[in-house]
Amino acid sequence: MSLLQIRDLNVRFATTDGEVSAVNGINLDVARGETLGIVGESGSGKSQLAFSIMGLLARNGRATGSVRFDGAEILNAPAPLLNKIRAERIAMVFQDPMTSLNPYMRVSDQMAEVLMLHKGMGKTQAVAESARMLDAVKIPDAKGRIRLYPHEFSGGMRQRVMIAMALLCRPDLLIADEPTTALDVTVQAQIMELMADLQREFGMAMILITHDLGVVAGSCERVMVMYGGRIMERAPVDPIFADPAHPYTQGLLAAIPRVDQKGDQLSAIPGSPPNMTHPPAGCPFAPRCAYVMPVCGQAMPPLDAFAPGRERACYASLDVVRKGHAPQPDLPEPAAADLDEMQESAHDH
Amino acid sequence: MTTKPLISARDLRVTFELPSGGMPWTPPRLLHAVGGVDFDLMPGETLGIVGESGSGKSTLARALIGLVPATGQAKWQDGTNLIGLSPRKMLKYRSEIQMVFQDPLASLNPRMTVGQIIAEPLTTHHKGLSRDEVKRRVKDMMDRVGLLPNQINRYPHEFSGGQCQRIGIARALIVQPKLVICDEPVSALDVSIQAQVINLLAELQRDLGLALIFIAHDLSVVKHISDRVLVMYLGRVMELAEAESLYAEPQHPYTQALLSAVPIPDPQLERNKRMIPLRGELPSPMNPPSGCVFRTRCPRAQELCASHKPELLGEGHRTACHFPGALLPEEVARSA
Repeated sequence: MSLLQIRDLNVRFATTDGEVSAVNGINLDVARGETLGIVGESGSGKSQLAFSIMGLLARNGRATGSVRFDGAEILNAPAPLLNKIRAERIAMVFQDPMTSLNPYMRVSDQMAEVLMLHKGMGKTQAVAESARMLDAVKIPDAKGRIRLYPHEFSGGMRQRVMIAMALLCRPDLLIADEPTTALDVTVQAQIMELMADLQREFGMAMILITHDLGVVAGSCERVMVMYGGRIMERAPVDPIFADPAHPYTQGLLAAIPRVDQKGDQLSAIPGSPPNMTHPPAGCPFAPRCAYVMPVCGQAMPPLDAFAPGRERACYASLDVVRKGHAPQPDLPEPAAADLDEMQESAHDH
Repeated sequence: MTTKPLISARDLRVTFELPSGGMPWTPPRLLHAVGGVDFDLMPGETLGIVGESGSGKSTLARALIGLVPATGQAKWQDGTNLIGLSPRKMLKYRSEIQMVFQDPLASLNPRMTVGQIIAEPLTTHHKGLSRDEVKRRVKDMMDRVGLLPNQINRYPHEFSGGQCQRIGIARALIVQPKLVICDEPVSALDVSIQAQVINLLAELQRDLGLALIFIAHDLSVVKHISDRVLVMYLGRVMELAEAESLYAEPQHPYTQALLSAVPIPDPQLERNKRMIPLRGELPSPMNPPSGCVFRTRCPRAQELCASHKPELLGEGHRTACHFPGALLPEEVARSA
């Protein structure tokens, strides 16, 4: 039985421009102790997926489907139940450590609050335990610095405070939403190493949400690639990089410049991401896809398993996609990009 | 090389005065954002500047076009020192040096149409042009950067991030500059869009013979686009070399640490990668370490590093380090 079981999850937002479908029919299982990477660009629905699990959707958002955590249904659960599960069983680390810590409270107070509320500890004991956790995330002089305010820490140290806070109640699942995006590379490397160590130590499962394929390569066992609120491909980390089976995954890998390789022309993916107020009827990637066929515009391809542990949602045959793996010569992309934009805007007005 | 450098910087410094927080008569505290930078930029060349936040890379670029007060020398091709020029004299060079900013939407005036935004530098620097001529040039430029000329009357909010960055590029290129300074031009963009903008910049540079100063914290992007790369730390140049050579054989311990921290999108390489951890945190630029500014975090630091500031030495591949060269495994282990 998996720790987290998501079935047919949909997230919709009511906006003045109409309904936005951020997440569409996601099925997902996360096992105990596992590290799952969720990769996608902005607007792919990866963060909203996490927010809906935690019951943190914005007021105009509505989630339907089923999210079972350790057997119990938690989607749209009443606040008291969610409050019990959040922090104690599932914790979350956010992208921007400055805006997710309370600037008016000393770190000691913010951290102790969690333990006093959930574990019923006294203040002194809670602060001592918090200092121990700051020590575990390798903040030097943890006992002294716990008295400081968040602004007195550097970005990397603040993110360590966030992680320490998330781990206070020893959760079974940690959801990290772009935990290192705001940090410099050297600090990012430290934080990722720290998270891997802590995960091993505490034996928790982790969902790492990021747009950076490099970070995923270094720290995840399984990867799920999202686009337009849907899963495009899901596989263990090695095959997804060595043998991407979905045109979008391929495009994404070909579009990133790498420090360890000589650079030629980058193969950009033409066009721009779909407008989720008017999601395309079929595959959301179809307008930008090199292997597009008439059927792609009609219905979303199902997410099919094609090898053990590997799934893809694409109508194009695997052989065809694999053959095209070599980066293709670039077309004059901008024109295509603008056509898309035009169609979209025409639709809007 | 016989050609004259387009811009030649010597001992370029930017120092900010911060209120001391004490009494009115206490002297202001000084923040040395850029502390003595030397480099030459050839016409048509791309110089990448990398460094972490607070390394002074953006401030250096801003100093070149007079957006922040600086001292020292930045000699333009014609022999004029751009530093300390009066605004009136600087005006001439403002059309030769243009800038593309990081946040594509925030750097465009939301109340101006795309046409007005792109035309503004042209009407500022070439006052005599007729309205039809301005419009023609704007439309040509929009076409050049991959915008549809019939979008000329749209407003910035109607465009996506990538499109906005194209508008920013068109605005910079409309006055036919010789040098374009790009300050983190793609870091706010998604990967697939980022590749489109990088390709566009590279193509425009090739066709128009532009020199580029490309500032970014993403080392992979800088490697991809640059001829030479300058590595900064705490306002000083650590290393300056051809991109190939810098990435293949980094000499400065800081460059080695920085490169080892870049995640590689290949699980097997990433697992076997040798990381060089950096001790401690970035020192305060208000009170930089004596001698070599990197010595407090350097696995190879010796007494000499604290007493003497290393000069940027070498032909071609230049390094500011008393003990350059690849770090040995035992040195890396000691640093951990």
